[in-house]
Amino acid sequence: MSWLDVCDAEDIDLEDVIRFDHGDRTFAVYRSADGAVFATDGLCTHEQVHLCGGLVIDNTIECPKHNGRFNYQTGAALRAPVYDALATYPARLNNGRIEIEVIKSSNSKNNNGPPL
Amino acid sequence: MSAKVTNPRDYNLAGPENQNAVDAGLASADWYHSDIPRKVMKELMKRSDALATRDTLLWVALIVISAIGAIAFWGTLQVIPFLIVYGVLYGSASDSRWHECGHGTAFRTTWKNDLVYHVASFMIMRNPISWRWAHARHHTDTIIVGRDPEIALMRPTAIAKTALLFIGVPGIFQDLQVLIRHGAGRVSNAEKDYIPESEKKKTTFWARVHIMIYATTVLVAIIMQSFLPVVLIGGPRIYGVWHAVMTGLLQHGGLAEDVLDHRLNSRTVYLNPVSRWIYWNMNYHVEHHMFPMVPYFALPRLHALIKDDLPAPSHSIFAAYSELLSSIWRQRLERDYYIRKDLPPTAKPYREDLHTLDIARSDIRISTP
Repeated sequence: MSWLDVCDAEDIDLEDVIRFDHGDRTFAVYRSADGAVFATDGLCTHEQVHLCGGLVIDNTIECPKHNGRFNYQTGAALRAPVYDALATYPARLNNGRIEIEVIKSSNSKNNNGPPL
Repeated sequence: MSAKVTNPRDYNLAGPENQNAVDAGLASADWYHSDIPRKVMKELMKRSDALATRDTLLWVALIVISAIGAIAFWGTLQVIPFLIVYGVLYGSASDSRWHECGHGTAFRTTWKNDLVYHVASFMIMRNPISWRWAHARHHTDTIIVGRDPEIALMRPTAIAKTALLFIGVPGIFQDLQVLIRHGAGRVSNAEKDYIPESEKKKTTFWARVHIMIYATTVLVAIIMQSFLPVVLIGGPRIYGVWHAVMTGLLQHGGLAEDVLDHRLNSRTVYLNPVSRWIYWNMNYHVEHHMFPMVPYFALPRLHALIKDDLPAPSHSIFAAYSELLSSIWRQRLERDYYIRKDLPPTAKPYREDLHTLDIARSDIRISTP
């Protein structure tokens, strides 16, 4: 599958996230503090809450409902109540536009779970 | 207007109401949120180690000072004011610290939230693991019967039993019972509904840590032949919990069940500055439930931003209790009655589709916006 055009890079603040829907799927697309771009599934693995409403803190995204946290660069679950890792997708900047490739997800279950 | 719920309700999470709520689409549903621009919400959600550290150091300092006073004047009448202060700081302020740090919103630094969370969990006699999961469920399914494990006032309210909560009974006995059960490695059927299997060992571990501390305290009291150790450790769960109960019952008491709009099932109350500090601004409870990741110190700002979309707050503890008590009194005979507050003309309407729901009918599903 080819890369999907998401938005202008400037449409996402540094250290922020937006929602991107494609077909029947929803993604979260991030810009880190240094301007790098990342993409994950859009819903928290705990209660299916949209992560785009959450806070980006360093390299983590915090679910806006229950404080579950993921490393949005690796998808790793970092804090209860989330246990299952978030699927991540390749993302890149192309002439000032953000693109993601949704077919190549890396989704591994984090069976050990985060520490409490 | 009251909800058309005519069948007797079962608040047990292990009972049939749980599946009824799931079938009706009330579990893990989409809730109403007031509109707030993203940039503003990001500002509101920002954490601050400085503010939380200042408040926590003040809290600890006041606990230490009042404890020293209680020890110094033990056995005299002068001990009473020190124990009143110590009791509220230990038995009530711990509740709000437990709550805020459980949400991970007080401090920016994770370990600081976790440290205060665990200390406060011990003080308020809550298992830090089981209660973390219970509270997550409370936020997912707020006052959804059969789903929410934190419904404090069930209909009809046992008024005398509720009044006793202000002096820590039967709460302390129930807490000790749960502590021992968890220490023995058992979770109830209701707890199994929200505590993942993988968390049970942690639940047992922390229960045993708490039991060890209480057992040591009792042992020291026996050796000293004095009640002082248990008055200082554990005792405030009886004589200092009244403020937490007073504010806690106002959060949702007398309001709607089985709705997906926090404006109908949560209450914001204006408090005096001392109570607000003890309670860490959790009196802005509609705001907290709508946006749980906004730290306590930003809730007054959040309230100012969205108050035109909310029902008018209760203007005092007295006013809030007046409406709460009249509601639970009426619910003795009219179980389906709840307080339905008018919205200001500037507010978006309540989600009316939810107010005629007959939860006992499993063929009904709620449409999501």
